[in-house]
Amino acid sequence: MDDLDQFRGDTRQWLEANCPPSQRLPSTPEEQYWGGRRGEFASADSRLWFERMRDRGWTAPEWPTAYGGGGLTPQQGQVLKEEMKRIRARSPLYSLGLWMLGPALLEYGTEEQKQKHLRAIVNGEVRWCQGYSEPGAGSDLASLQTRADDKGDHFLVSGSKIWTTAADKSDWIFCLVRTDTTVKKQEGISFLLIDMASPGVSTTPIALISGESEFCQTFFDNVEVPGENLVGGLNKGWSVAKALLVHERKLMAEMGSESPRQEVPPVHAARDYLEFVDGRIANSQLRSDLVSFEMRMHAIALTHMRGFEERANGQQSTVGLCMKYLGTEAVKDKSELLLAIMGSRGLGWEAPGFTPEELDTTRLWAGSKAMTIAGGTTEVQLNVIARNILQLPQPPKAATES
Amino acid sequence: MALVLNEEQRLLAETARDFLEQHAPVAALRALRDSRDASGYSQTLWQQMAELGWASVILPESHGGLEFGFTGLGVLLQETGRNLTASPLFATAVVGASAILLGGTEAQREEYLPQLAAGELTLALALEESHHHRPYHIATRAERNGDSLCLNGEKCFVLDGHSADLLLVVARTTGEPGDREGLSVVLVPRDSVGVDCQRTLMVDSRNAANIRFDNVTVPATAILGEPGAAGEWLDTVLDRGRVALAAEMLGSAEEVFARTVAWLKERVQFGVPIGSFQALQHRASRLQAELELARSVVLQALATVDDNPQQLALIASLAKAQLNELVKLATNEAVQLHGGIGVTDELEIGFFLKRARVTMQIFGDTGFHRDRYASLCGY
Repeated sequence: MDDLDQFRGDTRQWLEANCPPSQRLPSTPEEQYWGGRRGEFASADSRLWFERMRDRGWTAPEWPTAYGGGGLTPQQGQVLKEEMKRIRARSPLYSLGLWMLGPALLEYGTEEQKQKHLRAIVNGEVRWCQGYSEPGAGSDLASLQTRADDKGDHFLVSGSKIWTTAADKSDWIFCLVRTDTTVKKQEGISFLLIDMASPGVSTTPIALISGESEFCQTFFDNVEVPGENLVGGLNKGWSVAKALLVHERKLMAEMGSESPRQEVPPVHAARDYLEFVDGRIANSQLRSDLVSFEMRMHAIALTHMRGFEERANGQQSTVGLCMKYLGTEAVKDKSELLLAIMGSRGLGWEAPGFTPEELDTTRLWAGSKAMTIAGGTTEVQLNVIARNILQLPQPPKAATES
Repeated sequence: MALVLNEEQRLLAETARDFLEQHAPVAALRALRDSRDASGYSQTLWQQMAELGWASVILPESHGGLEFGFTGLGVLLQETGRNLTASPLFATAVVGASAILLGGTEAQREEYLPQLAAGELTLALALEESHHHRPYHIATRAERNGDSLCLNGEKCFVLDGHSADLLLVVARTTGEPGDREGLSVVLVPRDSVGVDCQRTLMVDSRNAANIRFDNVTVPATAILGEPGAAGEWLDTVLDRGRVALAAEMLGSAEEVFARTVAWLKERVQFGVPIGSFQALQHRASRLQAELELARSVVLQALATVDDNPQQLALIASLAKAQLNELVKLATNEAVQLHGGIGVTDELEIGFFLKRARVTMQIFGDTGFHRDRYASLCGY
């Protein structure tokens, strides 16, 4: 038995003993623990599971133990993921700090920044949100206008950020700000960490077509930010942001493949909502749409697996760059298909008259429209494929996207 | 790891690529077409391929084979697809060899497989009886008459039908068209009395034939395996053919796409390479993503033949449907993105376009395989 097998055995045993049965069921959005000063556990089990994982550093399994992480090798981290997936263990902590800021700090942060922020992320003490887009800077992110004037020991920040996910529930925000207006737009951007409790910060939720308002607009009115909160150096923010975007897109591609929340699998919906004749769906158009979708998902799942095998094999993989585009388009297709299968029962907005699953389907359908916009639109992804994989020449007078 | 090639397979791919670029590029197909070559492929080339072991790549060592498995075969077919190489590889070394391997008795395997491995025997599966793939709608009859069989019926779209030494004729010994039971595969030498073979010149300049069997008499022992039992293994033979074809189609799609992307970088209009226009970039990028999906599906399907044959039907239908749609899209986009030169015979893009349409019909079009996938999944 090699070390990895040993690790797998130990991990399996530990998870069996420590993951409460209630934490092995799919979670609703309300049951997810996001940490932070205002974070609340949905149940005692959820708290117990989080605390046990945190104490082993397994909320951030592959981060160094010096910062509160688990210190696992990437191979061990993969084993842990597989073993958690095997028993369908929930993620103990959902966190932009874990997924996005942390990896960026590990790469670009100073020792002081790592000490100050990483452990607080691992321990779920601080909830982070992201301040990238602005009302005038969406796909053309580099044209952002939020100013941070260098005042020696601090920056003075003014402007506004949009699509700041859960800003009204977050403690800190990582922001891209303009620190030089005289140079090429990408070269005058810095990456700044801002405490949301600072005077001059305010947030307003944005109501979406799905009826949710998980996104906010966040305003900065002459906010004083200590100079030590600058990450990656003055005017070097674009490099940090690009590194971070890779993490975000990977995350979105994975969400796409895993299917968010408890959406009904289309084949199950077909059994519940469609007429079958001789074992076949009677509506030939819907049968054809369903099988086309299922075959595409099969191909996407195999492609995820191939990407993983290529990386594990030490090969360069071109799969990753296509997955955000493929995964998020598939999520939208799935929602449209479910609506078509459910007919008028897929169009309810509020009870009574509809089951909770039916109402979820409608809301998720509306929500799915954001999947191909957030984190880089499908069109921006296609630009990236054209440039980075196909190495096609840059468009004349093009704005540069990442 | 099923979805990445091992060292041996990568080496095989390189050898195949070098060999085919030198001996059988697309220009060779053009030459066969323009000279109206009687056999439709180069006998010398086939001998060379056999010497390289390609005719026996999937055969077990005990029958003189290389035993490289389907992933090894797939690597070769991707390269023949890239070059549109005309050869008996598919009809003989994939479909014919699989039929004898899966359906034949031990004595039949020992008789035919070594000859096949040596490149001395070519085969053709005479299956289709209508213009759409319907593997069980067989009306051709083989009637027992003492120690012999009497064959009557008509076949179409028989790949390599006019050049193969031996025809594997799917015929009915009992039952009615549509039944899975009662099918037999009968071995009929092409030069038998009563075999009327008409070569059909098709859009891809490759080999196919319509064949009529008029009271053709063969010994009763000419049935592959047990009489009436071909329904038990015919599907697997066809699935192997579908997967192999998908690998060939992937090679063609990759090549036609590579040529298209190269053209986008080279062709200048309005003072810039046309590949700098976003409208064209997005079309190319979408195709790139479709190619990524197809690669995964084909690799998984090839590995399934070797490692997990009970799962073959579903993945074979996925692979064939996926690649049908891919080659259609890739060749249509190739022509459009090449512009005017794309519709000239001088450019080789047209050869890919035409071959794609033929491969899309072999062993089931997209509709056939979507329907089969849905049925296998219970809806």
